[in-house]
Amino acid sequence: MARYIIKRVLLALLSIFIICLITFFTMNAIPGGPFSGEKALSPAVKAALEARYNLDKPLWTQFWLYMRNMLRGNFGISLKTGREISTTLFTCFKVSAKLGGQALIVAIIIGVVLGCIAALYRNKLPDRIIVFLTTLFTAMPSFVFATFLLLVFCIQLKWFPVWDASEKSLLLPVISLAAYPTAYITRLTKTAMLDSLGQDYIRTAKAKGVRQTGVIFKHALRNALIPVITYIGPELAYILTGSLVVENIFTIGGLGQQFVQSINNRDYPMIMATTIFLAVIMVFCNLLSDIAYSIVDPRIKLEA
Amino acid sequence: MSELTENMPKKNPLSLQIDPKRFEPASEDEKAQQDVMHASTSFFRDGMRKLMKNPLAVASIITIVVIILMILIVPKVVPYGYDEIIRVNGSRDKTVTNLAPFQYSEKEQAAIAAGETIFPHIMGTDSLGRDYFVRVVEGAKVSLSVGLFASILVLIIGVIYGSISGYKGGRVDLIMMRIVDIIYSLPDVLIIILLSVVLNQTLDPNNPIVKALGTNMVAIFVVFGLLYWVSMARLVRGEILQIKNNEYILAAQAMGGKSGHIIRTHIIPNCISVIIITTALQIPSAIFTESFLSFMGMGVQAPMPSLGSLANSARQGLQSYPWQLIFPAVLIVLIVLAFNLLGDGLRDAFDPKLRR
Repeated sequence: MARYIIKRVLLALLSIFIICLITFFTMNAIPGGPFSGEKALSPAVKAALEARYNLDKPLWTQFWLYMRNMLRGNFGISLKTGREISTTLFTCFKVSAKLGGQALIVAIIIGVVLGCIAALYRNKLPDRIIVFLTTLFTAMPSFVFATFLLLVFCIQLKWFPVWDASEKSLLLPVISLAAYPTAYITRLTKTAMLDSLGQDYIRTAKAKGVRQTGVIFKHALRNALIPVITYIGPELAYILTGSLVVENIFTIGGLGQQFVQSINNRDYPMIMATTIFLAVIMVFCNLLSDIAYSIVDPRIKLEA
Repeated sequence: MSELTENMPKKNPLSLQIDPKRFEPASEDEKAQQDVMHASTSFFRDGMRKLMKNPLAVASIITIVVIILMILIVPKVVPYGYDEIIRVNGSRDKTVTNLAPFQYSEKEQAAIAAGETIFPHIMGTDSLGRDYFVRVVEGAKVSLSVGLFASILVLIIGVIYGSISGYKGGRVDLIMMRIVDIIYSLPDVLIIILLSVVLNQTLDPNNPIVKALGTNMVAIFVVFGLLYWVSMARLVRGEILQIKNNEYILAAQAMGGKSGHIIRTHIIPNCISVIIITTALQIPSAIFTESFLSFMGMGVQAPMPSLGSLANSARQGLQSYPWQLIFPAVLIVLIVLAFNLLGDGLRDAFDPKLRR
């Protein structure tokens, strides 16, 4: 167990390091430095500036310096706004975390409930409706669904204001972010439920006279939740990348919008910082869901 | 019957010999039942037969075929180019922008009144006055080809990598699979975005490939080539680990077959179903990714349309011209849905074990 967790942690750290490496070196491959911009500087001033920001050092040294600063929470300064990147990241992250967290919870709850219903009413009307919806929603990109919601509820029905990022209108973004993961979790739960309902221990429990609800919740659902737990990591990655689109459609000032803006502005330090930040979150969540998996399911003898 | 019984030796009362009197000969009809009606089917034929019995899979095949036919036929029939601003008798018409489906501009109406025939704008026109139907069809072509080529790329790299790793085993396998683990944990979309930002600045714009595809497309393909093959490689490796312990592999090795030969002629054909299914399911995921990037303005180069970029540019006029969003969006959903269902159907037909 401990060995497995240590291995996973090491792998995660390695991934984060590689992401930093890729990000740093690809961004540095872009021609032109931060001072080759608007005004032509005299060579002396340029040299002084480069020395001030360590740009005269070899690339590897710069990389180590960047990593060191990053570990201290210092991502440098945005080229566009001139503000500290770390403060911008932090404020944006709060918004995104709220949105993403709600979407995550909504997806898990609705997905598990629908999955159970589909499994219990197998091949009956509720199951067929749910299967139809999940098939449809797994084929629908989040931007299509989000713009449809915007079109129907904000423009045609006018239930929500269009350009407003206030609390109330977080409902639509959450729905559009949660749609795909909900459909996926529904499928996962359904197959897992069907699988565990066919097991011998369910028959034993029924034979012992355990009530239907007891069988479903205590014996079947508990085991059916294991695949759902493993999916939480990828789900979070999906929600984070999905928020790139959804935040832009609903103009919510979170990490996603910040990222797209910084790309359009060619704000390289900001792009670098956001990429690394998002990547670290994703890797970390995958790690957590791996570890949770190993705790929940002791059968996984962690030989990997 | 009588002949038979007459020639029989006298029956010992204690004998357990069956009495032929109790039997009657089979009629011609009954004999015919024993005939082999069909030649034995091959694996592929059997799979196809099962596939054709699956109504959803058939419907999705039909959908895909219709879309492909549309892509082939529409540019021949409709007299407008996808990047051509519509002119009436050689002169530009200001009212030709943002037309509703089957609507004509003022000059076109005048021309029709004068007895000319003007091809209708089946999906209207866009904000620059280009025929939207042609653009949507061209967008579908671009999206489909991205999906197809990206999947072929994934197929080639994944199969080669997975089969080497699985066949060699031991330390080679360990190292190769660690690399896969690391790549698997990298956030793909972020790296695509990062690469397209960087490649936009660094690629030589005069390079013919870059000119034809645009830097973002090159970035998409590079990333598919670098990152997306890992799940294919894992699956192929898993299959090969099982297959390579079979006796016929041992026999081939004993006869002095080289690794490459054994992989190509004995192992790959045996895991072909996994490969087909994974490739089929890779296509919609590639289309998804491409439309996502195009929607964020990081996809194909203008004026080339893709379904994602069409949906993106329709956002500006969403309140007044919602159909400009609806057409490409519905087509994306349709294409992805068809490929998803086809992939599921292929899986059920060729490898029911894979069903999760």
